[in-house]
Amino acid sequence: MSRSAAMLIMGVFTLYFLTPIWWLLTTSTKTGGEITSTAPLWFTANSLGTFFDNLGRLFTYGDGLFGRWLLNSALYAGVGALIGTIIAAMCGYALAKYEFRGREAIFNVVLSGVLVPATALALPLFLIFSRVELTNTMLAVFLPSLVSPFGVYLARIYAAASVPNELLEAARLDGSGEIRTFFSLSTRLMAPALVTIFLFQFVAIWNNFFLPLIMLRDQALFPVTLGLYAWNSQISQIPELRSLVIVGALVSIVPLIIAFLALQRFWSSGLGAGSVK
Amino acid sequence: MRAHYGKVTAAFAMISALALSGCSAGGDSSEAGAEAGACEASDGPVTLQFTTWVPGMDKVVELWNADNPDIQVEVQTGPNGNSGTYQNFFNQIQAGNAPDLGQIEYDALPNFRVQDGLENLAGCEGVADAQDQFVDWTWGQVTFGEEDAVYAIPQDSGPMAMYYRADLFEQAGIEVPTTWEEYAAAAEQIKAEGSYITNFPKSDVNWFAGMVWQNGGQWFANDGESWDVNLTSPESEEVATYWQDLLSKDLVSTLPSFSDEWNASFNEGDQWTWVSAVWGATTLSTGAPDTAGKWAVAPMPQWEDGGETAGNWGGSSTAVLKGSEHPAEAAQFALWLNTDPEALALANELGGLYPAAKSAADLESFAGGVEYYGGQKIYEVFSEASAQVNPDFTWGPTMTQTYTDVSDGFGAAIGGSGTLMEALENGQQKTIDSLTSQSIPVSE
Repeated sequence: MSRSAAMLIMGVFTLYFLTPIWWLLTTSTKTGGEITSTAPLWFTANSLGTFFDNLGRLFTYGDGLFGRWLLNSALYAGVGALIGTIIAAMCGYALAKYEFRGREAIFNVVLSGVLVPATALALPLFLIFSRVELTNTMLAVFLPSLVSPFGVYLARIYAAASVPNELLEAARLDGSGEIRTFFSLSTRLMAPALVTIFLFQFVAIWNNFFLPLIMLRDQALFPVTLGLYAWNSQISQIPELRSLVIVGALVSIVPLIIAFLALQRFWSSGLGAGSVK
Repeated sequence: MRAHYGKVTAAFAMISALALSGCSAGGDSSEAGAEAGACEASDGPVTLQFTTWVPGMDKVVELWNADNPDIQVEVQTGPNGNSGTYQNFFNQIQAGNAPDLGQIEYDALPNFRVQDGLENLAGCEGVADAQDQFVDWTWGQVTFGEEDAVYAIPQDSGPMAMYYRADLFEQAGIEVPTTWEEYAAAAEQIKAEGSYITNFPKSDVNWFAGMVWQNGGQWFANDGESWDVNLTSPESEEVATYWQDLLSKDLVSTLPSFSDEWNASFNEGDQWTWVSAVWGATTLSTGAPDTAGKWAVAPMPQWEDGGETAGNWGGSSTAVLKGSEHPAEAAQFALWLNTDPEALALANELGGLYPAAKSAADLESFAGGVEYYGGQKIYEVFSEASAQVNPDFTWGPTMTQTYTDVSDGFGAAIGGSGTLMEALENGQQKTIDSLTSQSIPVSE
């Protein structure tokens, strides 16, 4: 009984989460006129043709602006998450494995950073970046996304649990320096946590919208979220954008899905790793 | 330009609060006269930045750049004004790095004025003399009635008329209404046919303001010292009571405007009329493609038999933002952009703008018949409407908030709790509260 109840609840929620994506998929295969005149959750007769037609228009509209936005997003999210992960890992590792004065104080300050919403920081960041003339540059979006208080927290917890002190001492006895120990030994032990941090950062930067909205003016620098938003706000003037925004939204979640699938192996093994010690 | 006011996110509300606390020193209009006249041409070539969201504006600017090597203009685009660009302007003005020129809708201009975000162009060469080239009421929008003051160059306007399904009216043997009384009577007949005469747009409060505007009402007035807020004037009340009556009798639908369902209801013939602005012509033809050739355009229904007044919905200006180092060149460009026949024609073709310049009537793109409207020369109707718009209408400095408050009330009225009039009363009170809290003087 309780089992079937659980299945039912899960089924309902699965439906709840998947329906919008299904709608996105079916609607991507329609022309502007068909969006309003056909069944919203099912395909039309020539779905495939229209879909490729929409895709073609998406990537050619405005001199291939959308492709540019995708590349920008990939750059912001990919490189940002990579560097962000390395910084968070080093920071968390240091907090976990080295004893020094003010360690807990620093950790608490970092932790409180988790509580501050990114939107509240956007305007102060804009004013600071204006002062140093960094607004409307890629760095304006890139620099703030390098820090991840949550990543530091996760890295510390994980390093404390998965990197044995004995191993570090053995490495030191063998003559390995601290930096070499970190990169060649500790990071491997921390790999599942690092993958998690990377994924979190990647998704956060990919979906970040408010910071680019405030910082950027040149649409060649837009990430895909802001670009689609700008298009969407112009639908009333250029109705053909309606189908492009929908196909664009579908295309823009593909990299996230790929990132999850590709890293799932490391991720799910990590989730269970520390659980039965 | 039309805007979607519903999209003001919570995040924006928070940011505006921060921004306002940083620059609430606005509201001082005494320096207006002193500023004018300080508009000197710069030495040597200059590059101007222009932020707009009108599609195709980059192409229009290319025309200018080709002829003016010494004054080059860079176009930057972003989301629609109320979807973020205005807030960005305010942030940039505060940080001292705003673009030289920005597109600003008329209803947002007073907000920029109150926060001291605009350069006064009255002293710039050619600006004061340009008044005659623009439709009277649009010029009133950019001067706020101040002496020696021109805060922007009018760009486009949205005179209103009535789009209607000529074929359905004829088939059903119903007269096309010319007064609001006839309109209400037609609404009942059309309901009996199983359709709606029109849709009441809950969130397009500026559409409702256009109705009040037609009726000779004024929501705001500014005597140079303080603001008079009057959302509940007798003219406003008449409009509210009228639509409340149609709503209560279920004679109008209440779909969210410009949504897919809304488009579909036009496409399927469930809506027989749409009292809307000139830019609505393309909204309709793209949203309801199956009804091509069946529509026609007539003047708005009148409050008095034989009356000749029209409302306005939308429209925007090209403003020179505070802190621009080259106001003279920026003004020169803005004048060209909004009066040059070639520029106007291209802006209409690519961006759908209906120019605020009087010369619009002579443009070829507005001369011919439009196929979607059965070959009717619809722009003649709008050109006449444009001349019938009351020139003295003033927007308040906190329109976004007023829209949100009134729209919330409208939503409640549609849901059956409260009336449109109560929504206006509530909006009135909240607007006054908001002005007072920003230290903007309100006359009691």
